[in-house]
This record gives sequence, structure tokens and C-alpha cells, in this order.
Amino acid sequence: MAELIVISTLNGVLFGMLLFLLSSGLTVIFSMMGVLNFAHASFYMLGAFFGYQLTRWIGFWPALVIAPLLVGVVGMGVERYGLRNTHKHGHVAELLLTFGLAFAIEEIVSMIWGKSPVDYRVPAVLDFPAFTVFSTNYPAYKIFMLVVSVVIFIALLVTLKRTRVGLIVQAALTHPSMVGHLGHNVGRVFMLVFGVGSALAGLAGVIAGPSLVTQSDMAAYLGPILFVVIVFGGLGSLPGAFIASLLIGLIQTFAVALNGSLASVFGPLDPSLGPSPLTDIWNVTIAQIAPILPYLLLVLVLIFRPMGLLGTRES
Amino acid sequence: MTNAPTPSLAAAKQESSGALGFYGVWLLAAAALVVLPLVFSSGGSLTSFSLIGIAIIFALSYNILLGQTGLLSFGHAVQYGLGGFLAVHVMNAAASHNWPIPLPVIPLVGGIGGMAFALLVGWVMTKRAGTVFAMISLGIGELVASSSLILRSVFGGESGITTDRTSLMPLFGWTFGPQIQVYYLIAFWVLVSAIAMYALTRTPLGRICNAVRDNPERVEFIGYDPHVVRYLAYMFAGFFAGIAGGLTAINFEIANSAYLGAMQSGFVLFSTFIGGTAYFFGPILGAILVTYLQLGLTSVTSVWQLYFGVIFIGIVMFAPGGIAGILMKHRPLIRAGTLGTVIPSYLVAAIPTLAFALGIILTIETVARFSGGDPINLLGIPFVATAPTTWAAAAVLVVGGFLVARITWRRVADAWDRAATVARDRGYLA
Repeated sequence: MAELIVISTLNGVLFGMLLFLLSSGLTVIFSMMGVLNFAHASFYMLGAFFGYQLTRWIGFWPALVIAPLLVGVVGMGVERYGLRNTHKHGHVAELLLTFGLAFAIEEIVSMIWGKSPVDYRVPAVLDFPAFTVFSTNYPAYKIFMLVVSVVIFIALLVTLKRTRVGLIVQAALTHPSMVGHLGHNVGRVFMLVFGVGSALAGLAGVIAGPSLVTQSDMAAYLGPILFVVIVFGGLGSLPGAFIASLLIGLIQTFAVALNGSLASVFGPLDPSLGPSPLTDIWNVTIAQIAPILPYLLLVLVLIFRPMGLLGTRES
Repeated sequence: MTNAPTPSLAAAKQESSGALGFYGVWLLAAAALVVLPLVFSSGGSLTSFSLIGIAIIFALSYNILLGQTGLLSFGHAVQYGLGGFLAVHVMNAAASHNWPIPLPVIPLVGGIGGMAFALLVGWVMTKRAGTVFAMISLGIGELVASSSLILRSVFGGESGITTDRTSLMPLFGWTFGPQIQVYYLIAFWVLVSAIAMYALTRTPLGRICNAVRDNPERVEFIGYDPHVVRYLAYMFAGFFAGIAGGLTAINFEIANSAYLGAMQSGFVLFSTFIGGTAYFFGPILGAILVTYLQLGLTSVTSVWQLYFGVIFIGIVMFAPGGIAGILMKHRPLIRAGTLGTVIPSYLVAAIPTLAFALGIILTIETVARFSGGDPINLLGIPFVATAPTTWAAAAVLVVGGFLVARITWRRVADAWDRAATVARDRGYLA
């Protein structure tokens, strides 16, 4: 049991930090531009596939730098030539544009790399067990992922709290129109923020690709969870997104690791009852309901605290 | 200006011909639905018509939310799918207990199923509009779709639940075994649902829905609760989506978890938006086009879904009114008789635009078939995906087409301005 708790906590924090790499960009983009970027998880997927392709061509370490930059450029292009032109048609049109993009990117990726998982491997340098806890070898690559995401987290924190750019972004989080009135080139700030957000998502993809499965449906799987994170944390709140990322990371990881069901706790139902929704619920394991948990959480939050954990705005 | 009718006269003339035109359109639609299978009687076209009919109801029901009330839902397939499942369960129960339920009322059961679910979750979902509603609808959609795989006894797991539509009580000697009888059943429900949904837009509720879409704050000032209005709209949308789901269950004699999924929700959004949300007939056009493309493209290309994405992005960026919006933009020009001014510029712009579109198609197909596949057949010209000449042709078409198209579309805009100015002078354009 202690082993399960330690390993699941490590994995949960890791997954949570990855989620935060994505949700931080999504939150900042949403707060500044009012656009809920449906394609954010697609940028994460693009990062993973660019990382895979570049690793095959020039090795993992250059790919770690170049792939996120490429994704960032794609993101800036989307903002400059897509969203900026759509802005005059309103937020719904912008949301729909990113929705169409997410759809198109998934199709393009599966067109180029196929629908089955690609062979994106952990680099040989990091392919060894870092340490052993209770007879379980913990891979060094996961520690590397954790270090990268923590470094990015600290860099993000310093940029936001200590630099002029961070000041503008922070101001734009709460008073987007006032920042424009103060004479900042809002268009350029938007483009840069969108680019940086996409690049962070791309970086998350590059480092998560070898550890998770790199496949054309990875965006469709992660995208909705990402929305849960930012709604749960409170739209527009970075600390909220951080807490929610960690929480959902931990919940997901622990749920997958647990095998209990109502049947294993209270004993099996009388077999004479036959198949019914009750027996389905009775026999389902916690691991099986793990994919549903984030959405249950979302519904509960929206019922009881619509502004999310630390949110201040209601919409 | 002397021989041109004054605005008020023109409006009055339009009013008197309005009633005739109004009933004429519905009679024409009914006649078309009856005659269609007689003209195109092959099995394949019957199947297509059936699917298009269902798609029309589904898209119209979606537009109650998106177009009328301004609610962007990413989980509309939930009501559709649950309606389908309830219909299948009722059909199976009716068959095994010999209940006297004829098949034509089964879609109503589906509708009740969709509405019941909307009744259950709608109050919480419709508290707020906008992004929050979009996200909670996505969450509910994912929740129901994933839950359906766990509640195997109700949803039948991955394989779904099958039924037999001929096992129900026959009505007037119709067993609904042959596809033609199912087609007429669907056609009947298309007409009834379309009339009902159109009527809904003319009721005070339909009007207040539009007001909630445009300015919820002022709706509150005149004494309505936008939350209640959105809730009602959500229930009606769920009802008609459930009817579409019930018809699908009858058509395929199966309901499975794919009915509830994000793919289905995405396609209804595509159909509705591509058709145009601002006019009642927009989603009908969109449903026809998207279903037709869906059926037609699958045999031509393996990446047909990408084309939907591209068309959708194009519509969102360049014509957010959809096809209906483009068509209706020309109405004042036709009335004012100045359409002739813009048509030549359209014809000029059509050539580079077509070249650009062909270039995009050639690029997509080149990438899709690069690592093997049939040679590309574009307007009868064969292209080999691995040949540099193909890449060059694609690049020339895309870049050249884009640059020339940009110039010609500017000329279209100029011609539009001239035509619109004249139309405005004659009082047909505000």
C-alpha cells in the first residue's frame, strides 16, 4: 500500500505538472483574448509528433528545443492569420475556428503519421532506472520530465512576477481592455502570448510523447481534461490552474491504480438479480471510472462553485 | 427614381405575396419529399435520403440552441443518442410484450427520451450562456459517452443494442421492412418536425429566445428570466434531437455508444454552421450538403474528414453566415435588380478561386497518398503523388490561385459596393 501511495503520488505530480504546462498557456490565452482555445491540446500533439520526427532526424536534444519553437511559430500563425481575422465576428466564431483547427490538425496528423501509435522512444541516455522504491524501479526519464516541467514552472513564475512583460500579461489577465488603453500593442502581445502558450504545449508534447503514447487521438483525449482543469481552477486564475492541474493529475493517477469496486467491498450481488444498471455499477472498478472522474468533478464544480476554485469571473 | 416603387409600397407587395409563398414553400417541400424516391428509386439513393432527412431534423434541433438562443453546445449528440437508445429499448419491449405500439410513434418516444435528459441536466447547464455553457456541454457529453461504456446492461457496451423494426405492430399493412417505407416514415417526421420547429420560432417563446441570444440583460429588465428561457430552448432542442435519434435507431435497427460521442456532436455543429445559423433553412442546407459529402467523399478520398475541417474553417473565417447567409445577402440586390452588376465580377473571381481550391485538394491528396495509394485523379487529369511535377503544380495552383483570387475578390467587393448603393437608393437595403 505504501508503495502504491509513493509511486502514484510521484506519477500524479508528474501528470499534474504536465497538465499545468498546458493549462497555464490556455488560461493566459483565455484571460487575455477571451478565446477558449480548443486547439491547445492539438499543439501538444503537434509537439509530440514534431519531437518524434526531429528525434529521428537530428536526435532528441535538438528536438527538445526546435519542436516547441516550431509549434510556437504555428501558434503565432494561427493567431495572426486566423483568430485576428475572425475576431470581428465575435467569440463564438473564434471558438469555432479553434474547434475546426483541432479537428483539422487531428486529421492532418493521422494523414501524415497514421492512426496507430508511433515508435517514439525514451533517449538512450535517460533510459535507466533512477532509483528503486519498495522493489519498483522508477525510470530516470520521468524524473527528467518532472525536472523540465518544474524548471518551466519556475521560469514562468519569474517571468510573470519579475519582468515587464509579465506585468503586462498579469494586467491583461484582469483588465484586458485597460492594457490596450494604456497604449500597449495589444495585437503583438496577443500574438506573443499565443505563441508562447503554444510552445509550452508543444514542449509538454515533446517530453510526454516517449512516456505516454504518441498517437493521433492524444489531443482528443487530453483536450477535454484540460478544459476541466481550467474551469475547475477558475477561468483566468493561474494559481487555480496550478492547484487544479495537480489535483486532477493525482486523482487520475490514483484512480487508475486502485482496483476496488463496490463488489469487492460489500461482496458480490445476488446472481439471481440478473444484469441491470445496478450490477454494472456494483462491479465497476475505480480504475474503470477513472476517465469519467474529471467530468464528474467538472459538473459538481459548475453546480456548487461556478467560478471554480480560485476564479473571480463567472464567465 | 420616378418609376421605382417606394419602400413602403414594396413592403406591402411583399406582405401580400408572403402568405402564399409561405404555405407554398411547405407544400412544395412535402411534394418534393413524396416525389423524390419515385425519381431516384435506387437502394443507395433511398438510404442517402433517409440519412439526409435525419440529419435535417438533428441540425434544425441544434439550431434552436445555436441560432435561436445563442447557446453553443459541444454535446448535442447526447440527447440524440439517448433518444435512440430509449427508442430501441421501447421497440424491444413492445415486441416482446406485444404492446400495440405502431412504429411511426417510436420517434416520439425518442423525443421524450431526449427531452427527459434535457429536463434533468438542463437547469444546471443553462445557468450561464457563452463559454461556460459550451464547456459544461462538452463535459456532460464526455461524461455520458464514457458512462455508456460502463452501464453495459443499458447501452450494450461497444457493440450496442440491436432491434427489429418489423417486429412491431404493422400499421395499415405497412411492416416497415423495406427501406422505401422507412424513407416515408422519416420524410413524414422531417416535415412534421420542421413545421413544428418553424412554428416554435414564431411563438413568443421563440422570439424571447432571440432576445436572450442578443441581450440577456435587457430581457431581465422586461421581466423574463433568461435562465428559464434557455432551459426551455434546451428542452425543445433535446426533444427534436431525440426524434432524430429515434429515427436513426429505426433506420439502422441498432443504437450504440458512437451515437452519443463527440464525433456526432461535432458533425451536427459542422452541418448547422456550414448551412448558416441566422436563417431557418440554413441548417437544412448544411445537413443536406454535409451528409451528401460524407456519403460521397468516403469513396473518393481517405481523408474526407479533413475536407470537412477545411470547409468549416473557411466558412468560419470568410462567411460566418454560412451558405444561407451568402444566399440571403443577395436578396436585396435581386429585388433592386442590381444583381447583374456583381455577376461578372463573380465569374472573374471564380476562376482563380477554383484554381486555389484545386491546389489545396492536390496538396492534401499528395500528402495523403505520398507513401502509397492510387494516383490522384483531379478533373480527369492523373497526378502521381511522388512526382515533383505534382508538387510544383500544387504549389503554383495554391500560391498563384491565392494571389490572383485576392485581387479579383477586391473587384467583387467594389462591384458589391456599387450594387448595394443603387439598392439602397431604391430602398431595398437598409
